[in-house]
Amino acid sequence: MGDELAGGSSMNRREPRRAMLRGALAIGVGLPLLDLCARAIPEASAQGDPKSQRPQNGDRFVFRTGNQTGKVITVADIPVGGPPVPAFPMDPSGVVRDGSRLNQLLLVRLTLTDLSEETRGRSAEGVVAYSGVCTHTGCDITLWKAESIRFRCPCHESEFDPKDAGRVVGGPAPRRLPRVPVKVVDGVPVAAAGFLGRPGFQPT
Amino acid sequence: MAPAPRAKPTAGATAYTPVTDQRLVNPEPENWLMYRRTYDGWGYSPLEQVTPGNAASLVPVWTFSTGVAEGHQSPPIVNNGIMFVSTPQNQVLALDAKSGELLWRYKRDLPEDLFQLHPTNRGVGLYEDRVYLATLDAHVVALDAKTGKVVWDQTVEDYKKGYYMTLAPLVAKGKVIVGVSGGELGIRGFIQALDAKTGGTAWKTYTVPAPGEPGSDTWKGDTWKTGGVSVWITGSYDPALNITYWGTGNAAQWIGDQRPGDNLYSASVLGLDVDTGKLRGYHQYHWNDSWDWDEVSAPILIDVKRGDRTVKALVHPARNGYLWVLERRADGIGFVDAKPYVNQTAFKSVDPRTGRPEYDETKKPVTGKKVGFCPSLWGGKDWVPAAYSPKTNLLYIPANENLCGSLVGTQQKYEPGKLWLGSEIKDIGLDVRNGAGHIGEIQAWDMNTRTKVWTRTFESHNWGPVLATGGGLVFAGGTNDRYFRAFDAKTGELVWQWRTNSGITAVPSSYSVDGVQYIAVQSGWGVDAQRMQDSLDTARGTKTDVPQGGVIWVFAVKQ
Repeated sequence: MGDELAGGSSMNRREPRRAMLRGALAIGVGLPLLDLCARAIPEASAQGDPKSQRPQNGDRFVFRTGNQTGKVITVADIPVGGPPVPAFPMDPSGVVRDGSRLNQLLLVRLTLTDLSEETRGRSAEGVVAYSGVCTHTGCDITLWKAESIRFRCPCHESEFDPKDAGRVVGGPAPRRLPRVPVKVVDGVPVAAAGFLGRPGFQPT
Repeated sequence: MAPAPRAKPTAGATAYTPVTDQRLVNPEPENWLMYRRTYDGWGYSPLEQVTPGNAASLVPVWTFSTGVAEGHQSPPIVNNGIMFVSTPQNQVLALDAKSGELLWRYKRDLPEDLFQLHPTNRGVGLYEDRVYLATLDAHVVALDAKTGKVVWDQTVEDYKKGYYMTLAPLVAKGKVIVGVSGGELGIRGFIQALDAKTGGTAWKTYTVPAPGEPGSDTWKGDTWKTGGVSVWITGSYDPALNITYWGTGNAAQWIGDQRPGDNLYSASVLGLDVDTGKLRGYHQYHWNDSWDWDEVSAPILIDVKRGDRTVKALVHPARNGYLWVLERRADGIGFVDAKPYVNQTAFKSVDPRTGRPEYDETKKPVTGKKVGFCPSLWGGKDWVPAAYSPKTNLLYIPANENLCGSLVGTQQKYEPGKLWLGSEIKDIGLDVRNGAGHIGEIQAWDMNTRTKVWTRTFESHNWGPVLATGGGLVFAGGTNDRYFRAFDAKTGELVWQWRTNSGITAVPSSYSVDGVQYIAVQSGWGVDAQRMQDSLDTARGTKTDVPQGGVIWVFAVKQ
């Protein structure tokens, strides 16, 4: 009985991973398109130093602030419902992409049922990843409105909805907050593609 | 009937009158060659064609969309029929000032990782056949006035450390003089003169002294390294004394008990030798600032009477809510007198001999506790320039009355290039005084008698720079209802208003071409006017939508 349970439990441990892989495949249909989107946006720094390159498919995320700075973020590290965890992407070889402030990310874990269908498709286990730089004039997004689940920019008070594709819900920002689609591998959030949209302010 | 106008390819200017030192010292009445037109900072055009009698017939002659949103603040600067206007995102437009035809356009390719707390620009400087722009990524650029082509591009500081520039350069004696913003990011402020021909550094004077320099004993430990004291409004200049006067910002971060001492030369006026940058005098309006009261507006150079004496004065309606009169001398700056022009609760008194204020310590923000004070952190008047007319002998102050603020100081770790206020954003309070019927004002002061002669009030807050003219008018926008207005300079009576595309926070100017006087201004709401609107809406539970998008408006009396 005990062995069965152990065996069963072993099988069960594998099961979610299979489910995850199926999920990734399902998203994978869309991935080439997402990659095209990311590539369509010229990024001056994308050619040079990997530290300054924008996040890419397969990057993990590390803490950007606090006493765990540099440590890989697991799903369990992200509190459900916020506040967001400030992060930088890290390439598969372990290079943290902290060479550009445009790589600042905010990881939030939300209740699946709160997410819009489109946002859910680019999240995993409720984890969503957004640019930490406002699309209005490029300020760092440092505020979190817990009651309404919104990011808020301290400079000019733009607000964005992490539940719905980073939609602008207040202030002067002209466009949504770019996202990095997320998958989860062994309990660790991983970028499933580059940014959807250009992080930072919009040049005229 | 004249043929319909049509767009032509932009081909630059065919002729251009070089701007000389002599023309800057004594500009022709028809021209507006620098930020406030003249080195004394009056914001006054001697043109007399538009008067209280005919202002009702002012109509738009042409308009031009800048293609940019956010806060448009720069004056249309005009040299013999050619207008230069800068906009947010560091665009410069050169236009035929009579027809509105575009001659050339410069657009700066700003770095994609730039962080713009104040997405604006406050104007260009002119010298010889060049146009000078101070940029958001902390460069100074020299453009060919005829073509807009870059002649040189000089880095002043590293924008990644929080340095940026929004001011119009002051051009004097072959030098392009600029100051840096970034006090809210913990920079160490300075004023720098660049050689107008080459862009090379002529001199650089820090606004926070290093250890061992005079004034360094007003900072403890390493606080001077991140002391702020930014300089983001164009200085004035007295050619007779060869001294240029610059206002300085608050010390960083905002809360004084975290950086004990007077913190020289924050919230001060500095008198610098134009040739060397050497400090020839200063006056600190208030010590150990804890209210975010930047005193960056340069003082206005006016002669005022005190008894039998004519004082060569520096007049400053301050963000701290007091109207200051100082004396400019070859050997320094003297205190004359000061009195509040809006409700001010933080000062108990001002020493009649030195001008040093004594504080009500219960109204001075501290770390760990909420403290309220009046006026708000935006002050009685922020950067928005006042004007002076020698015809009426009145000083016109665009003020905000009945606003108070509060702060809770917190310890925050400094990181280069990051916001470093010493207060959480949520703890920045703005309140309207109970029973207040209005906020915005234009006040007219007789500086000889120290009396307020008239006041116009506006329900809205007021962020409108003032233009005074020889025809006896005062022009200003500044309110959230999008109006641009003209007042009788003697009485304050409203004689004309025009509703524009957006709110006006830009400096108006006046010029003439072929004998016709024009009044020009950009309309384009944003930055602090918008932020104050948002705070007022939060305090009142209202929502006010002031549309954005810049347009240059040029008005003349309908013939």
